[in-house]
Amino acid sequence: MATEVIVRDRPRTAAGTPPGARKDPRKDRGRVLRLYVPLGLYLVFTLVPFYWMIVFALRPTGSTAPVPWPITFEHFDTVWNDIGYAVFFKNSVIVGVLSLFFTTGIALMGGYALARFRFRGRTVFLVVLLCTQFIPGAMMLIPLFTIFKGLGLINSLWSLVIAGTVFNLPLSIILMSGFVSSVPFQVEEAAMVDGCTRGRAFLAVVLPQLRPGLVAVGSFAFIDTWNTFLFALMFISRQDNFTIPVGLSYTIGEYSADFGALAAGGVIAAVPVVLVFAVIQRYLVHGLSAGAVKG
Amino acid sequence: MTLARTASAERRPLALRWAPYLLISPTVVLIAVFLVYPIGSVLYYSLQHYNLTRPWANGFAGLDNFREMLFEDPLFWSSLGFTAQWVLVEIVLQLVLGLALALIVNESFIGRGLARSLVFSPWAVSGVLTTSIWILLYNPTTGIVRYLGAPEAAVLGNPDTVFGALVITELWRGVPFFAILLLAGLAGIPGELYEAAAVDGAGRVRRFLHVTLPHLRDAIVLATLLRSVWEFNNVDLIYTLTGGGPAQATTTLPLYVAQRAIDSKDFGYGSALTTAGFLILLFCSLLYLRLSRFGADHKG
Repeated sequence: MATEVIVRDRPRTAAGTPPGARKDPRKDRGRVLRLYVPLGLYLVFTLVPFYWMIVFALRPTGSTAPVPWPITFEHFDTVWNDIGYAVFFKNSVIVGVLSLFFTTGIALMGGYALARFRFRGRTVFLVVLLCTQFIPGAMMLIPLFTIFKGLGLINSLWSLVIAGTVFNLPLSIILMSGFVSSVPFQVEEAAMVDGCTRGRAFLAVVLPQLRPGLVAVGSFAFIDTWNTFLFALMFISRQDNFTIPVGLSYTIGEYSADFGALAAGGVIAAVPVVLVFAVIQRYLVHGLSAGAVKG
Repeated sequence: MTLARTASAERRPLALRWAPYLLISPTVVLIAVFLVYPIGSVLYYSLQHYNLTRPWANGFAGLDNFREMLFEDPLFWSSLGFTAQWVLVEIVLQLVLGLALALIVNESFIGRGLARSLVFSPWAVSGVLTTSIWILLYNPTTGIVRYLGAPEAAVLGNPDTVFGALVITELWRGVPFFAILLLAGLAGIPGELYEAAAVDGAGRVRRFLHVTLPHLRDAIVLATLLRSVWEFNNVDLIYTLTGGGPAQATTTLPLYVAQRAIDSKDFGYGSALTTAGFLILLFCSLLYLRLSRFGADHKG
């Protein structure tokens, strides 16, 4: 697995056992108690809820077996075709992908400006970006609604794309500027000496090296927008524009007795983010440390 | 990063001097229109009677909304109290468990990469999806709580158990996030420090107290602050899991704002509540940064 590779070539900074000490059987027992037992317990806490959902999604209605057997796809058929998850899913994909592109593109511009130029107002810009991290989205519900109403975007998926982009931009720019800084400027300069314009030098030399940054920033934006609930609930009232979280919340309310449908809807909501998570989880620690902790 | 370009600013072509401003202009416009302006408009609306369902009664209200909030609305005060309780309990538990989890997956062992992916996975799950999953667990007839000897009555409908159920659910999703933020800080501690401490005869506990904790200080302060704002803001989960109930016992201030905005479309009063929320959050954040002496040199 890719993660294993990453883990291995990372320098060992752990508070781990010094090499050679591991032979001692008493140390080994301490390690089991200190490491594997709590880790195992925590894994149970993390994974049992996922497992329980999958069991409910796959076993027939009325079954109380703790394993999904016999397997049935009737619940998926119900939510996808009857409740309308096919439409919700399509809407969520549209919102997620558009936000991903806008966020990544605009963050690339802003991040490049922060990393490569010293300009008047740079510090103010950076401080404003950091301050936005302390604005709770739920408190923006009313003012954003009035703005989108003024723009005629209520009941339009564009309201969610814009909100998703705006709320993801600040952290994305800070992350992206870190990725741009890690590409030496000399590389770019060399290309310009060779006759490239600055724009061409960027496209030919810098952009290819930014691929991990683009993937990380884009994935964060996608996951965040895919999960957006409150804005979607407030701004969208026509059912054919519902997104997955809104659909899911109505399933919680109206089908609260039909646990199979609820679980199947949950699985549909989970699959895309789990896939994206699998792609980016190796950037998580690095990415968030660059952006959120070190600022 | 510090380039020689400032020195040559005079000779720089005009196009390049404008380039950074051109590059950040979309961001500036978006943040100005959709973040800064809305905050200003909240202040304006908080002084208005503004209800979408009663347009005939709209107009300037002065401080009416604030007077109603402070003196005639017990739900404002109870939601404020519950918000404090919610944020405090969540942050303390997430810090303790998240730090423990980060220390565990920071050790080297076989399968660490896989273990990290698995324990961090709830990070990507939305509040609504978390609710769907945990409703299945908490349900009295189908849930896993049966096996744990929980009472027959619904866990979420009982005022005695609902808070604990809510806290555990959010821990499931929140601890990984905290652990990720702290793990980043752990990775920045030079390994030599531990070796030096071990040579000096410091045991595991003393190494943790005298090497790990001081180095994590700023990471912890920032993580707790960011997570506090986030938990304050965490409406998705509570809205869908308990709806603020039973009997408004689990209504936070932002949830109350959302209810006033979504259900009763009372934007004037909702804006007054929002303003109060902003001011309280701002005050608490500044106080916390001050008390924790964030970024100060703690060597002395």
